[in-house]
Amino acid sequence: MSSATDTTKRFSQGPNADGFYGDFGGRFVAETLMPLILELEEAWEWSRTDEAFRRELEGYQRDYIGRATPLYYAERLTEHLGGAKIYFKREDLNHTGAHKINNCIGQILLARKMGKKRIIAETGAGMHGVATATVAARFGMECVIYMGATDIERQQPNVFRMKLLGAEVIPVESGTGTLKDAMNEALRDWVTNVDSTFYLIGTVAGPHPYPAMVRDFQSVIGRETREQMLEKEGRLPDTLMACIGGGSNAMGLFHPMLDDESVHMIGVEAAGHGIETGEHAASLNGGEPGVLHGNRTFLLQSVDGQITDAHSVSAGLDYPGIGPEHAWLHTQKRVEYVSITDSEAIEAFKLCCELEGIIPALESAHSLAHLRKIAPDLPSDHLIVLNMSGRGDKDMASVANWLEQHGDTDKLPNTTVEAAEPGRIDDMQPPHDVAKKTGETE
Amino acid sequence: MATRITRRLEALKAEDRAALVTFTMAGDPNYQASLDTLKGLPGAGADIIELGMPFTDPMADGPSIQKAALRALKGQHTQQKTLEMVREFRREDQDTPIVLMGYYNPIYRYGVERFLKDASEAGIDGLIVVDLPPEHDGELCLPAARAGIDFIRLATPTTDDKRLPRVLENTSGFIYYVSVAGVTGAAAPTPESVERSITRIRAHTELPIAVGFGIRSAEQAASIGRFADAVVVGSALISCIEHADSVDAGTRAVHALVRELSEGVRHARKATA
Repeated sequence: MSSATDTTKRFSQGPNADGFYGDFGGRFVAETLMPLILELEEAWEWSRTDEAFRRELEGYQRDYIGRATPLYYAERLTEHLGGAKIYFKREDLNHTGAHKINNCIGQILLARKMGKKRIIAETGAGMHGVATATVAARFGMECVIYMGATDIERQQPNVFRMKLLGAEVIPVESGTGTLKDAMNEALRDWVTNVDSTFYLIGTVAGPHPYPAMVRDFQSVIGRETREQMLEKEGRLPDTLMACIGGGSNAMGLFHPMLDDESVHMIGVEAAGHGIETGEHAASLNGGEPGVLHGNRTFLLQSVDGQITDAHSVSAGLDYPGIGPEHAWLHTQKRVEYVSITDSEAIEAFKLCCELEGIIPALESAHSLAHLRKIAPDLPSDHLIVLNMSGRGDKDMASVANWLEQHGDTDKLPNTTVEAAEPGRIDDMQPPHDVAKKTGETE
Repeated sequence: MATRITRRLEALKAEDRAALVTFTMAGDPNYQASLDTLKGLPGAGADIIELGMPFTDPMADGPSIQKAALRALKGQHTQQKTLEMVREFRREDQDTPIVLMGYYNPIYRYGVERFLKDASEAGIDGLIVVDLPPEHDGELCLPAARAGIDFIRLATPTTDDKRLPRVLENTSGFIYYVSVAGVTGAAAPTPESVERSITRIRAHTELPIAVGFGIRSAEQAASIGRFADAVVVGSALISCIEHADSVDAGTRAVHALVRELSEGVRHARKATA
């Protein structure tokens, strides 16, 4: 089914002219949006080869975002796990605290080039919303962020940040009030305001050219990693790891090394309560091909083609789809895709705080959890790079809720918290359904 | 071979009046009520019936139709049941064209060839699939044509003269002009601006042109029916179901509004001639 030819760019050459990676991708959008999508594709193609655009982008990457981000040797975690040598690519040290801004700065420069004055975006955990609000402020553009009502509740600090940055945050009540519903609503806004508005999609999904364009803007992660590793170790890494919701931080890390056959790549999906429970966000490991939000990819869906809800403790992974290029790399078996449960992610989150003095985003904690599983069995000269896609400051309330739910209360800030009674853990509800203030008990 | 859609539109053209096209959601608020509503539509004055296939994520629809889809899905409605509903309708009505309207994923998951076979056997005449632009004609549009089912494309205010030929290329039955850039249920534009757009599209095609989005009253239907070949009303009918005190009252309210709209369409060209 793949149309990839056997050249030196076997895995990195996609998409084709219609926006397909094998069977995945495409431009499945309403007619109203088609002319704009084609116009955007033109602008993106131009940006890929224009020297002045590249220089401008690199200037902002350096002076505004703070790139290059370090490739950090995680010495104590390496010792603790007693196997592979572990590096973190520190995307958490970017301005706004995650990889998201790499893409936002690129797209807003394109938006400006296209003469757009109004920026809209969807956000799940809020990191993309914050990054979008940030660049919109920087370039003096009107900014509207769609965010699921459930996510607004569990990511209050980010909502406040977006508002401080001058964005209007619109709560989305439809569906389950999470990332997919925010994306539906952003698409509805776009259809309605098609002339004035640029839709700044936050991940490697959506209609072509978004998956390829976002990948291009995120690929700075992998290009830097490649150079930094050659400098530090004199060779390429053996394994790359990244968490996957839509998959933009993973695509950014993987893409520049896809054709380096010796580099093994692992994408880590969110298994929520466990794939067998049906309450998860693992589109590749627990979904089927389908068409949503402008592209064909693996989706969580019923046998009748209705999209089902994703579940994850991490709002940033709580999406029932995945970027189409990941879907293709999965069917080509170029990248290994695994999944990690909420509780495994929380354990890894705590470990990283304690051993490395780095509070990781809950999203990144998913890849840390898989790292814990594989690193001990690998030799000490095996070089692993884990993409520390974001910092965990935004997740304090989610983690505190989770710990409280599980009777793990010794570190919680309020001493009135009591340990949960035995037996309560089993009938626990997902944390976002019981989003309570830390320090309260039932 | 002329399809039911073409025959109906040609007959109405001979009568010098626009067709009234109604949109309701299959399975809303439940299977039986939705079927009862459907069966009464031709008698109330609907000339062509659009039946929505519910989808969880209707990206181009406003709140009314979103909620209708969710009501249907809450009642365990499926693609199978939509086809069954049309089979039941066809036992009593062999003439009124039925067009299914929705999003691609439920059809894709059902299996395109299997869906077209079952839809054709059920007596479905046309398909409108919002998220399949002409760039993806190979997915469903061309297979539908081979199965004898019209694939009706949407043209919008953003579809310029450069793009119109592409949009029209494999369209059959009629072309559906979405009169506003926006979601269903949005405010209507002025009839004058719509008429200008219709004139522009007519320069490119012989196909009948239906106009929809934002038409809620008999007056609006009449003003559009003056120059369009068909007038589509959807969200206003869905609202009747949403706001009814009982399931039966919802069905009666839909039929009552369709009768009014039908009067509007029938008198459009006479009143202003």
